[in-house]
Amino acid sequence: MASPYSKEQLLTMYRKMYLIRRFEERTGQQYTLGKIAGFCHLYIGQEAVAVGPNEAIRPDDYMLSAYRDHGQPLARGSDAGMVMAELFGRGTGYSKGKGGSMHIFDIEHHFYGGYGIVGGQIPLAAGMAFASRYRNEDRVTVCYFGDAAANQGSFHETLNMASKWKLPVIYICENNRYGMGTAIARTSAVPEIYKRASAYGMRGEPVDGMDCLKMYEAVKDAAAYCRAGKGPVLLEANTYRFRGHSVADPATYRSKQEVEEERKNDPIPKLRDYAIKNKLAVDSDFEAIDEEVKAQVDAAVKFADESPEPALEELWRDTIVEEGEQDVRPRERVLGVKVTNWPKYPSGQELKVTWDLEPREQAEQADKKAGLSR
Amino acid sequence: MTMPELMYREALNQALAEEMERDANVFLIGEEVGRYNGAFKVSQGLLDRFGSARIIDAPISELGFTGMSVGAAMVGLRPVVEMMTWNFAILAMDQIVNNAAKLRHMSGGQLRCPIVFRGPGGAGGRLSSQHSQALEANYAHFPGLKVIAPATPADAKGMLKAAIRDENPVIMFEGERLYALKGEVPEGEHVVPLGKADVKREGTDVTIITWSRMYYFCMEAAEQLAKEGISAEVLDLRTLRPLDEEAILASVRKTNRVVIVEEGWALAGVGASVVDLIQSKAFDDLDAPVGRVTGLDVNMSYAANLENATQPDAPKIIDAVKKVLYREGA
Repeated sequence: MASPYSKEQLLTMYRKMYLIRRFEERTGQQYTLGKIAGFCHLYIGQEAVAVGPNEAIRPDDYMLSAYRDHGQPLARGSDAGMVMAELFGRGTGYSKGKGGSMHIFDIEHHFYGGYGIVGGQIPLAAGMAFASRYRNEDRVTVCYFGDAAANQGSFHETLNMASKWKLPVIYICENNRYGMGTAIARTSAVPEIYKRASAYGMRGEPVDGMDCLKMYEAVKDAAAYCRAGKGPVLLEANTYRFRGHSVADPATYRSKQEVEEERKNDPIPKLRDYAIKNKLAVDSDFEAIDEEVKAQVDAAVKFADESPEPALEELWRDTIVEEGEQDVRPRERVLGVKVTNWPKYPSGQELKVTWDLEPREQAEQADKKAGLSR
Repeated sequence: MTMPELMYREALNQALAEEMERDANVFLIGEEVGRYNGAFKVSQGLLDRFGSARIIDAPISELGFTGMSVGAAMVGLRPVVEMMTWNFAILAMDQIVNNAAKLRHMSGGQLRCPIVFRGPGGAGGRLSSQHSQALEANYAHFPGLKVIAPATPADAKGMLKAAIRDENPVIMFEGERLYALKGEVPEGEHVVPLGKADVKREGTDVTIITWSRMYYFCMEAAEQLAKEGISAEVLDLRTLRPLDEEAILASVRKTNRVVIVEEGWALAGVGASVVDLIQSKAFDDLDAPVGRVTGLDVNMSYAANLENATQPDAPKIIDAVKKVLYREGA
């Protein structure tokens, strides 16, 4: 059977996964050189989970993540140099060096941030999806979180609301099997996270998180379901991080054998082999990408290294929005490019809210059934 | 021309209705705000007027619906989150302080979070420890938030309107025991700017600085002091973050003596910061050490006598004023 994918699609996905891999390898290296500090969580091994879904949604759909958040913005199209500069704590970073590794934000590419509190971003995603429904827009929100976050109250509280109100949000649990150094099975009564969706009457499915195309298909399907107003979806991407929880973690809590076994599942050669087997690409295509990406990452490190630290006056900016103050558009600020696709929303006068969260008839019927009068 | 008299809760209701009418991005969410018409009836009639997409009955999941509202604000809606009481908002504190307060900073100025968190604070009547606490100091501690606590119905309306229009997260403490209190409230467009204190009573001998429900005890004390020939100025801070430093210092320079009255605990309270401000910027204008009247350093009891003894009242304020005036009997 012929592959349903085009050469361009496969090479785009490959290029992005490869960029994330090389970017993260250099990140780890720069951390050991002391150029990057703080907590720094690498994405190596999980690239398929960021790249497949991103190709399955629209550029104007919303996305947000947890603290392992370098991969998703790169998949969305963020500037690698500016992400690296943020890791270096430089003024040219996406957040002017105020956010660091755990707080990458790129609103131009509709990436609404990395968050450092486990599970803290889960309700935010529901709120963004709520706003889409409120404005009658058919956007979906994709929200990443780790397996350990599924044990947070925020997860349960949000799934309940998202399902009850049929919010167009796709939750992608990146189950890399460890919450920091603790195996998920040791802390979870039900380690198969997707099963928890059933408790809230919502759709939940496991996906092979080491396969970019499977992630792509699952999210394409979930997005159509969300856009049709059928409610949220929980996907459990079964994946694996080849490195420790953070750069500082030697990951002695798992065996060499386990890691070696998982490395055989590397999503990057898997996609390359698929493309070659289906005669959609040849070795030289990948060699060209390898070289381009290496140069891109070299340039990113050079850009970060040569960038100045943020000006001290920056301490006093970006805490409170002053009257009439505009929002900062990072690429415009740093690279001088005109950023045109900044999100625009209808003003309160233009907006017509047509959505009925709890239609009056339904509410009255429910009252009647319960023997209540309004 | 006399203005209509409204209860504090009615003034809030009017502010909400007017702002929702003016801007369809504004919605109200909270426990019991819709079909129940609000636990304290602040949202009375709003569901019928604005529908279920804009007046939203939330599940009892404080962290969940607070965080959801923050997310909605990140993409341009203007949520008003009603906390049934600020005691329950403790469950939602992560979303308020770790997300709402920090989004603009962490994003380097890319994001804004125009959201209001409001609800009753301070002691209830005989509600014991978990429902009787003045928690504004907790929020005043965090950069990225604005914290307001209006005392009068007119301020309640004007400040809620300003809060809804503000581009930042605003924490609004209403007085649980103020909701039924009446006062003149201007009709229509009445907006009280945030960050501005208000001299509610002019005086020359001493400044009493306060906010929210304690304002009424301060006014009562000031009236009694007047009978003894002591002229007290009552400065209602109204906004606790940012503090109106100018108004505080101006009054200190006028009266040279200060008593700060707050319902919350003394240690790390808002009043402690006001004392710090005064001693660092107006030390030479002081004729006596700054006095403080606060809630006692204990949890609230259920027993009526213990409950009363825990809180500031007019006699305690009068004592404190006499002490800073070096009067006998203090």
